[in-house]
Amino acid sequence: MLSIQNLHASVGDKPIIKGLTLDVPAGEVHAIMGPNGAGKSTLSYVLTGRDGYEVTDGSATLNGEDLLALEPAERAAKGVFLSFQYPLEIPGVPALTFIRAAVNAQRKARGEEEIAAPAFLKTAKAEAARLKIDFDMLKRPLNVGFSGGEKKRMEILQMAMLSPKFLILDETDSGLDIDALKIVSEGVNAMRAPDRGMLVITHYQRLLDYIKPDRVHVLAAGRIVASGGPELALQLEAEGYDKYVTKDAA
Amino acid sequence: MSLATAFKSGDLTLLPSKRDEDWRWTDLRGLIREVPPPSPAFNGETPPGVFDHLAEDFHVLANGGSAQIVADEGELTAVLRFLSANDGTAHAAKVSIEVAAGASLTLLETYEGYGAGYFAQADLTIRLGEGAKLERIVLAGDDAEAISVSQAEVTLAAGSSYAQTVLTDGAKRQRIETRIAHPGAGASVRLDGGYLLRDRRHADLTTAIAHEGVDGTTSQLTKGVVDDQARGVFQGRITVAHGADRTDARMGHHALILSDRAEVDAKPELLIFADDVQCAHGNTVGALDENQLFYAQQRGLPADAARALLTAAFVGEVIDRIEHETARETARAWLNQWLGVGE
Repeated sequence: MLSIQNLHASVGDKPIIKGLTLDVPAGEVHAIMGPNGAGKSTLSYVLTGRDGYEVTDGSATLNGEDLLALEPAERAAKGVFLSFQYPLEIPGVPALTFIRAAVNAQRKARGEEEIAAPAFLKTAKAEAARLKIDFDMLKRPLNVGFSGGEKKRMEILQMAMLSPKFLILDETDSGLDIDALKIVSEGVNAMRAPDRGMLVITHYQRLLDYIKPDRVHVLAAGRIVASGGPELALQLEAEGYDKYVTKDAA
Repeated sequence: MSLATAFKSGDLTLLPSKRDEDWRWTDLRGLIREVPPPSPAFNGETPPGVFDHLAEDFHVLANGGSAQIVADEGELTAVLRFLSANDGTAHAAKVSIEVAAGASLTLLETYEGYGAGYFAQADLTIRLGEGAKLERIVLAGDDAEAISVSQAEVTLAAGSSYAQTVLTDGAKRQRIETRIAHPGAGASVRLDGGYLLRDRRHADLTTAIAHEGVDGTTSQLTKGVVDDQARGVFQGRITVAHGADRTDARMGHHALILSDRAEVDAKPELLIFADDVQCAHGNTVGALDENQLFYAQQRGLPADAARALLTAAFVGEVIDRIEHETARETARAWLNQWLGVGE
């Protein structure tokens, strides 16, 4: 599935990712934890092709295909989905219009037929109900005036509608209360499938009580410095990141 | 100041120039070196227009001419088309529009350039009686090499309501000007515009509203998009006379600059001589938001499509304010065509 080998990336002249290697096989959920400034968000932007994030060495492939050579929209059409830490507000574009445009753009890129309006609406209604999103909200401009929790649910709705192959969740728990966290986690868990991989980026162990990872990695100073099972997250929660940060400094 | 007067007299110094404060960004004197020949009478076939099917009252002014539109009772939908059919020639058109007390008019107006490099002037005199309503929708599609000036003088009576939306893709030099005498007294004005410019096109939307009495409202929203080496000009003046209390006037002008060499010049002016008024204006010029662009691309929209979506949404706010449903959809189609997107 996702294979990252010796990845180096810079923002401006500043190296942020420094030799990161990571494999996420299909069907698995891997968590990346790490202190502030470790490069967690940078990793998500590098994988999705954001301008200004320059890869200086290494590779990232999805099912053997070189992601780094593709435009952001091409990566999306190949099935890479990033749930943003701070989802953007898009004034003037109703959520439904935006999502349908995205679904159809991806289908077009893959040489598939556009989805018909009735079929699209039916799926959108069902997914909205599952995520406890008032359907009328989907007629409003995407995320404009939505609460933090509503924005995150809207990310999960888009994820469900786009049915990506690989999910990157960037700090999906930030800004969520317990109820919203449960709904969002259930939405994510419903996406677990044998042919789908997930990378869950988070500061805190809490999210991993709801989204159970197969593997946990510690990212510090641009590299994976430790990997283990779910127990590693509990250990980090108890001990903090200090020893990894210090180790790197030494 | 008009093209027609200067050409008729043969005195090009009568043309407005950048030395006239009101025309500083739309210099005509520096551009026109000799008097162009007058346009010949038009005797071709009139091509179909976008609003023809809605017309109850139909006027085509090809290469100039004059017309009178009168809505004396009930509701009327009039189509007014200004056609410029020849290359390098000059013509002027004059139109008077009357909406009687209590009557209602929808005016669907187009400027259509079939010739190249023509010089067109249109003068409109618009009068609304007490309680009359007018919604004027203007789609300006002049030739890239044309010089085109349209000037409307609007006089409102008590309790009347005037709504206007001007959409243009510019010309070599184009000015669309609206001057409104606003008596207050429950009269209301919505004055909107959108300019979408690329290549070396120029459009100047100039408005002046004079609030002369108490209890008048004005809501103004203009949005612009400029690309390549295009130049957009917005001049909006709202004057609230001494004693025109309880006036509520709001003006917004917002522009997107899509290229380093494009330019927007804006001059919003509120001149307030009354005490008890609510007036506000907002003016912004900027680029598309990179974060929004990346977000849309991450969801699968290619960069061009993402830009078009966000640009359409930006200008769409002006189009959403058009009340006439069919005209609104025609305007939206015009916008999408400019952006090169479907639906």
